[in-house]
This record gives sequence, C-alpha cells and structure tokens, in this order.
Amino acid sequence: MAAHSRLNDSHAAEVAHQFEDPEQQREADSLGMWTFLVTEIMFFGALFAAYVIYRSLHPAAFEAGSHLLEVKFGATNTAVLIGSSLTMVLAIYAAQTGKSKSTIITFLVLTMLLGAAFIGIKLHFEWFHDYAEGLVPGLNFDLAKYGSGVELFMVFYFFMTGLHALHMVIGLGILTVLVVMTARGRFSPRYYAPLDISGLYWHFVDIIWIFLFPLLYLIGGRYTHGGR
Amino acid sequence: MSEHVVPIKTYLAVFVALILLTALTTGVAYIDLGPFNTVAALAIAVTKMLLVVLFFMHVKYSSGVTKIVIVAGIFWLAILITLTMADEMTRNWTPDPRPWSSPSLLLPFVSKFL
Repeated sequence: MAAHSRLNDSHAAEVAHQFEDPEQQREADSLGMWTFLVTEIMFFGALFAAYVIYRSLHPAAFEAGSHLLEVKFGATNTAVLIGSSLTMVLAIYAAQTGKSKSTIITFLVLTMLLGAAFIGIKLHFEWFHDYAEGLVPGLNFDLAKYGSGVELFMVFYFFMTGLHALHMVIGLGILTVLVVMTARGRFSPRYYAPLDISGLYWHFVDIIWIFLFPLLYLIGGRYTHGGR
Repeated sequence: MSEHVVPIKTYLAVFVALILLTALTTGVAYIDLGPFNTVAALAIAVTKMLLVVLFFMHVKYSSGVTKIVIVAGIFWLAILITLTMADEMTRNWTPDPRPWSSPSLLLPFVSKFL
C-alpha cells in the first residue's frame, strides 16, 4: 500500500511519506487538531470552573451583573456565529466536492465577514457601552454604584468574552491565510486539510460562545427585573 | 475528518436547529422556572454543542480514536469542575480549625459578601 502510494504521483504530492493513504493522513490531521482543542477545553474550562464557584458564592451579585448585559446583542451575536459556522462548513463542502476556487473563497470571506460582525457588535454595542456606563473593572468601574460583587462578575465577563474575542481574531487571521491558499489553488477534493482543521478551530470557538451566552446573559432570572 | 461528504441539506437542518435553539434558550430565560432555568439553559447549550460537534465538526463520521480524545477532554473538564465544587461546597461542613494565617487574612474580604 505504502509503496503503491509512493509510486503514484498524484498521491505523493498530497500524502506525506509517513502515511499509507489520504484517509490515514486525514485521520491524523483531525486527531492532532482535536488534541489541541482538548487543551483549549481545559484552558477555557479553568475560567468556567472559576465562574461557577464565584457564581455559587455570590448568586445575587452575579444576577445583578447579568442584568447589566443586553440579551438582544448576545442573542444576535450567537446567531451571527452560528451563521459563520454554516458558511465555514459550506467552504469545506465546496472544496470536498471540487467546486471552483471562487466558490470556496466566497464562503471563506462570508465567514470572515460574519466573524468581523461579531467582533464589531461586541466592541461597538457592548464593550464601548459598558465603558460609558462605568462597568470596566480596572479602568473606570463605578464601585459605589454597582458594588464589589458586580465588579467580580464584570471581571469574569471581560476575561471570558475577551479571551473568546481573541480567539475570533486569531480565527480571522487563519481564514485570511486560507483565502490566499485557496487563491493559489492549493486545495482539491483530495487535499483540503488546512480548510478542515481550521474549520474545527472555528466551530470550537463557536461552541465556547454557545456556553458563554447562557452563562453570562441568561442564567440569573431575566424574568425578575425584565432585563434589558 | 473522513472521506464522508455530508449533504448540504444536513448542514442547513443543523443551522436551522441551532438558530431555533438559540431563540428557545433566550425565550425560556424570561419565564420563571425556578432552578430549572439554569437546567434548561445548560441542557440547550449542550444540545447545541452536540449538533456542532457531530455534524459541523464531522465527529459523527470520525474514527473511534478521535471520539475517545474528545470524550476524555470533556471528562477531564468534568473532573476539574466537580472536584473543585466538591471542595468549595463542603468547606462549611466542619468547624473552622483554630486560626492560623488564612482566616484572619480572608475574613474581612469574605464578610463583605456574606
């Protein structure tokens, strides 16, 4: 099998010599990326664990803090990210099924636009607004108005959404590289590993937000004060 | 990652399901269900995660090794959260030992929140 694939030119270009066939290589690529993503689970997991503990210690303050966030922006951003995940899988689908370069690039650029829209909404409508209201710990937190428990919540809010946004920015960088690689004709139905594993990363970042949205915006009884 | 090509219909169905679940979780947050608000929010989030992992990330079609790595990662996260909570929530079960340095340092801080 190995000897056969080395003799076959079309294989040799796409399959590194340590792999028997494209299938085995794909599996190794995916497994390697997942191993990295598991370290990311633990990376964000520490923040989630700390959040759970402090929430259980100060439930009222975390509830009050949660009510200072606007559900409509959190929900919109959730939908935007889910949309970007859809365009990402469609880009990979286009590569798998041998669609034209421009089709792949269109979906990748759509993914980037949705990702940028997410960051834009976060920055413009949320973080900027939080700053104006004196809600940023370390910069201008209004302790007299909100109290120290809410400050603790906002520390978690900014660290969790900040770390998530940082991952989004890195994702946009990766997507830029993918667009260039696609334009140079590097992908085919036989070889699209960079698209596939970058897709895993993008979806992972989506999943983190899927948990951040209810944890930060929803849990804590929106019904009590009506929220915003 | 497998040779398996998932049909577009599946992707679109998953996308619609994810959007509907987002609307559902947002709507449920405005209804008073007591402790079940948290349960509902987390159950919906886990459902959404499964949809993304199985279909968008192709894990449904992945090898057993990949699945084991993912389950191991989630299992380790469960250990992290469960054991930390087990410590945190049982601290008041025993009387405080005679003070050494920690209570005198922490009490002014902790009492603010009690």
